[in-house]
Amino acid sequence: MSEANSPKVTLRQDGAHATLLLSGAWIGRSGDTPRPAEAMLPEHGTGADRATPASIGFDATRLGRWDSALIDFLWQLRRLAAGRGIGFDESGLPDASRRLLSLLDDSRPAPLPPRRGPGLLARLGGATTTALTGALNNTGELSSLLGGLTLRAGAASLGRARMRGIDLLDNLYDAGPSALLIITVVNVLVGAILAFVGVVQLRRLAADSFVANLVGLALVREMVPVMTAIIMAGRTGGAYAARIATMQGNEELDALAATGIPATDYIVLPAVLSLTAMMPVLYLYGCVVGIAGGFVVAIAMLDITPLAYIQQTRMSLPVGEFGFGLLKSFAFGLMIAVTSCRIGMKAGRSAADVGSAATSAVVVGIVGTIALDAVFAVVANAVGR
Amino acid sequence: MAADTILEVQGLELAYGTRVIQRDLGFSVRRGSIFAVMGGSGCGKSTVLRSLVGLLRPAAGRVLVGGEDYWAGDAAQREAIGRRFGVLFQNGALWSSLSVAENVALPLRMFTRLDNAAIDSLVRLKLALVGMEHAAALSPSELSGGMRKRAGLARALALDPEVLFFDEPSAGLDPVTSKRLDDLILQLRDGFGQTIVLVSHELPSLLAIADDGVFLDATTRTAIAHGSPKALRDDSINPQVQAFMRRERLEQEG
Repeated sequence: MSEANSPKVTLRQDGAHATLLLSGAWIGRSGDTPRPAEAMLPEHGTGADRATPASIGFDATRLGRWDSALIDFLWQLRRLAAGRGIGFDESGLPDASRRLLSLLDDSRPAPLPPRRGPGLLARLGGATTTALTGALNNTGELSSLLGGLTLRAGAASLGRARMRGIDLLDNLYDAGPSALLIITVVNVLVGAILAFVGVVQLRRLAADSFVANLVGLALVREMVPVMTAIIMAGRTGGAYAARIATMQGNEELDALAATGIPATDYIVLPAVLSLTAMMPVLYLYGCVVGIAGGFVVAIAMLDITPLAYIQQTRMSLPVGEFGFGLLKSFAFGLMIAVTSCRIGMKAGRSAADVGSAATSAVVVGIVGTIALDAVFAVVANAVGR
Repeated sequence: MAADTILEVQGLELAYGTRVIQRDLGFSVRRGSIFAVMGGSGCGKSTVLRSLVGLLRPAAGRVLVGGEDYWAGDAAQREAIGRRFGVLFQNGALWSSLSVAENVALPLRMFTRLDNAAIDSLVRLKLALVGMEHAAALSPSELSGGMRKRAGLARALALDPEVLFFDEPSAGLDPVTSKRLDDLILQLRDGFGQTIVLVSHELPSLLAIADDGVFLDATTRTAIAHGSPKALRDDSINPQVQAFMRRERLEQEG
C-alpha cells in the first residue's frame, strides 16, 4: 500500500473545537489503521494546542475506501469522547458510516468474555477429580457433566492462547486422561485373566514360575496394544465420527469451506495428532497396570515371592518388546483416528447418518486394529522377532 | 460484462449425480444491489447458492466473480475469490465448539495478521452491529434461532466481504424478528455498500429488501422471470410467477 493511500488521522485544533482529518484507505485486514487513543492524544500539536477540545468534528474529504475498521475507530472514539464529556459531531462523516454508527450503542462497555481458560495443570487436576468422582458415583453422568463444564470454560477463552492450540489440548485430553479409567479396568482384568489361565495350565507342567513370562510377554506384545486400540476405537474413534458427522448436518463443515478454512486443518489434524500421540502413552500405562493385575493373581495362587515374580517378569521382557508394542500402538492410533475422521466427513446430513457414521467408525476401527495386528505378526515373524 | 456487475452466471447447469436441479441458468448481479433468488420450495434455490459459494461444482456453465471464472481455477484460486464472500447459512451454521465471539474471530485469525487487540475490537464491533454484544460469551447451543442468525451474520461480516450470501434469512423466524433482520440487512448494506445475494421464498421479506432477482421454476428447471420482486408482482404475466406472487397480495390485503 502506497504512503498516500495508508490510513491517517490528523488533528487540527481550532480553539475549543478540534477537527480530525481522515485520509487514505481504511481497510481492517491490512492492520495499519490508527487507534483512537493516538488520535485523542495527538503528538502533532504543540503546548497550547494540546488542551482537551470541547468538541470534535471530522473532515472526510480525503478519505478513501473504508470498511468496518473506520467504523470501529469512530465508535471507540465516540465512546472515549462520551467518557470525557467531549462533544462528538458526526456531520463531517460519510452518510453511510453515520448510518452504521447509529446502529451502535455507546452505553454498554462491551467486555468480551475472559480469554484465559484453565491451564494444563488445572485441566489435569479437574480431570482427575472428575474421573474419581465419576468412579465413586458409578455413573458416567457426573463425570461428563464436569468434563463438559471444564471444556466449555476452555472453549470460552478467546484464544490469546491460540485457537489451534486449544483444539489440540481438548483433543489430547479427550484421547488421553479421560480414557485412563477404562484403560485401567480393562488391562488389569486382562492381566489377571492371563495369570489365572497361566497358573492353571502351567502348574500341570510344573512350570509355575513361567507364569510371569506368559503374562508379561502376552500383555506387552499383543494384549495391551490390541485391547487399548479396541477401547479407543470404541470411545474416541466413534466420538470423532459422530462429532464430525453432526458438524456436517449443521452445515458447520460448509461454513468452514465457504470461509476458506480447510476442515482437515481445523478438525482432523488435532484429532489425528492427539490420538496418535496418546496411544503409545496409554499403551505403556496399560502394560504397567496389566502386569500389576497379573502379579496380584499370580502371587495369590502360586507359591512364589513377589520379588521373584518381578525379577522373572523383568528378565522375560527385553526393551525391544516395548519398542515393538509402541510401534503397533502408534500405527493403531493413526489408523483409528484417520478412518473415523474420514467416515465422519463422508457422512450424510441426517440424524440417522450420525448414528451410522459412529457405528461404522467403531467397526472399522476394531476390525482394522485386528487386521493390522495380523500384519504386524507376519512382519515380526519374517524379521525374526 | 458490464462494469458494475459483480457476479454473473452463464448457462449454469446444476445436478446431483444424474438428477438435474437447474439448467441453462443465467443472471447477473449488480454491485451494491440486493439480489433475490426466488422460487417455490424444492426448485433448487439453495443449490444455486451452493454453486455460487464454492460448495457444489456446476455440471456446466460459468460463474463469473468480478470477471474471473470462479470454477475454472484450482482450489487455492477459488479460496482467494471466496475470501471476498460472506455466507449466512440457513440455521447460522455456527461452529458449535466455539463461543459466539470466537466464531466471529476465527476468520480474522485465519486470514489476517491483526493482533489480538485489533481482532477483539473488530469482533466487538461486528457483534454490536448485529445487536449481539451481550451474547459474546455464549455458545451456539444457548442461542435462539434469531440470535443464531444474527451471530451468523456477524461472522459473515467478519472479513468485510464484498458479497454477502444469505440462505433463507427469515426462515423459522416470527414476522417481527424477521422484519428486524430485514431492516438490519438493509442498514448494513447501506452502510458498507455490500452486494447481497439472498435465497428466499418469504414474500414479505423479498418485497421489503430485494431490488433485483431471478425466479426459478421447479418443473421447467430453469429461470422463468428476471426482475425485482415488486416488478414481478405487478407486471409479470407468467402464471407461475403470478401464482407465487398473488398469494402475497391476498395476504397483504387481508
